[in-house]
Amino acid sequence: MNREAPLVLGIETSCDETGVGIVRGTELLANVIASSMDEHARYGGVVPEVAARAHLEALGPSIDAALAASGVSLDDLDAVAVTSGPGLAGALMVGVGAAKALALSIEKPIYAVNHLVGHVGADLLDADAPLETPTIALLVSGGHTSLLVVRDLVSDVELLGETIDDAAGEAFDKVARVLGLPYPGGPEIDRAAIGGDPRAIRFPRGLTQPKDQAAHRYDFSFSGLKTAVARWVEQREAAGEPVPIADVAASFREAVADVLVTKAIAACTDLGVPRLLLGGGVVANARLRELAQERADAAGVALRVPPLSLCTDNGAMIAALGAQLIMAGHAPSGLSFGADSTLPATEVQVA
Amino acid sequence: MLLAIDTSTGTSVAVVDHDAGVIAEVGTSDTMRHAEVVGELIREALESAHVPPARLSGVAAGMGPGPFTGLRVGIAAAHAFALGIRKPFVPVVSHDAVAFTWYRDGGSGPMQVVTDARRREFAVSDYDGIDADGLPIRVHGPVLVPRDEVPERTGTRLDATLVSAGGIGMIAEYAFAGGRLPLTGDAPLYLRAPDVTPSAGKKVLR
Ligand SMILES: [Zn+2]
Repeated sequence: MNREAPLVLGIETSCDETGVGIVRGTELLANVIASSMDEHARYGGVVPEVAARAHLEALGPSIDAALAASGVSLDDLDAVAVTSGPGLAGALMVGVGAAKALALSIEKPIYAVNHLVGHVGADLLDADAPLETPTIALLVSGGHTSLLVVRDLVSDVELLGETIDDAAGEAFDKVARVLGLPYPGGPEIDRAAIGGDPRAIRFPRGLTQPKDQAAHRYDFSFSGLKTAVARWVEQREAAGEPVPIADVAASFREAVADVLVTKAIAACTDLGVPRLLLGGGVVANARLRELAQERADAAGVALRVPPLSLCTDNGAMIAALGAQLIMAGHAPSGLSFGADSTLPATEVQVA
Repeated sequence: MLLAIDTSTGTSVAVVDHDAGVIAEVGTSDTMRHAEVVGELIREALESAHVPPARLSGVAAGMGPGPFTGLRVGIAAAHAFALGIRKPFVPVVSHDAVAFTWYRDGGSGPMQVVTDARRREFAVSDYDGIDADGLPIRVHGPVLVPRDEVPERTGTRLDATLVSAGGIGMIAEYAFAGGRLPLTGDAPLYLRAPDVTPSAGKKVLR
């Protein structure tokens, strides 16, 4: 096997995006993403069974599209990489079953990897300024809200904190529903917030009180925020007053961005790590990026934000992490790993 | 020569050939670990048949009916294996394999295949013998029925807990030889709309 710059095909099916990517070492050759988001829209959130059905349909065509885009053939591959977890179990299983069979069919090794660490690995593919470690990583999507310290991508990843209830992306979806906006909530809230005053309403910042600092310094909670927005809107409506949608959207978004960025920068400062990496689909939120840049500059922290196509769930990041494992001399995974919906961030590779 | 996979009940993997029959068949009746075992079982089946992937001319898959989560694992694996060797993917109705095996082993006349569909329902298919190509003649189904409302038929009722991938593969071989492909569509036989409860999201890991 080529351990200098291995050619790896990565498969990602942990949530509602079917991702297939191909990398050579840290060079991105293909990144094909098929999303079932439209099918979830009428339910107002990701429906696991709908996502899993869509993965099964999209996977074959996505593998073919990635091969075509990269110009490589299956025979050229050094290995297959796949997300083992965390994520939706039924969705993960489609990718795991397919990846094992694909690896066996081309008689190549397989690497079962961690989705969250994959998000960090995405930054390796930035040709101009690849990932530096140690770094703090803030990974925010509809499925996860996690704060990691990554000292070494393949061997030293630690989870600092996680959401204890809703993921940040889910909070956007639920508040969008409260405001009568369609799914997915992120871009809708962004649009609705235009011209709104982010200081108009002081919504609660979960787990930021002094009493939370001991047990939940780096954890997140968004369900109280969601409830506070709903209650605020209800009270307005009950009083027969108009709901200032732009102000509510801007103030809610500000509360989310504030908590995320405050905790991430605190981690940088506390641990003496001068780098912050953002990942996950919520990175598409302009206000989050803006606030992160502001606070990072003030704290002397270098902020890294990979291109959006590498921030949302994708197969290229899984391939990139697989390639790193190979380059670091790690042995392939066996064939008996499963889908682990709660795989801890510390487990970069599943044996 | 075909690789055949069925995960509509447990996990079954076989290597078959039109003339040589079922060359290797391995499996487990465990209905909870399809994703864990499917790779090892494919490897074992190929190894005990002494057949490298390149010698296969296609991959047959049981399309259900069966519990969705597990069913999809086998179909996804079969798709990917077929893609990997650039050979055709051949979908087969899983109940047909049960009927095929029963007739092959000496059964005759009308029979009924019944499998667990969870949620107090069974999946049911009715058969009336074997046709000239050696394929079981399905006259009704597969359909879902409440467990205490399985329509009564004359003949044998067979409650199956493991669908044989050997049967899946042999049906595919006979159908190919008889010019009868495709036997069924490329979509899994879910027979049930998805539950529409959105994900509760992922909870804290510690
Ligand atoms: Zn993700």
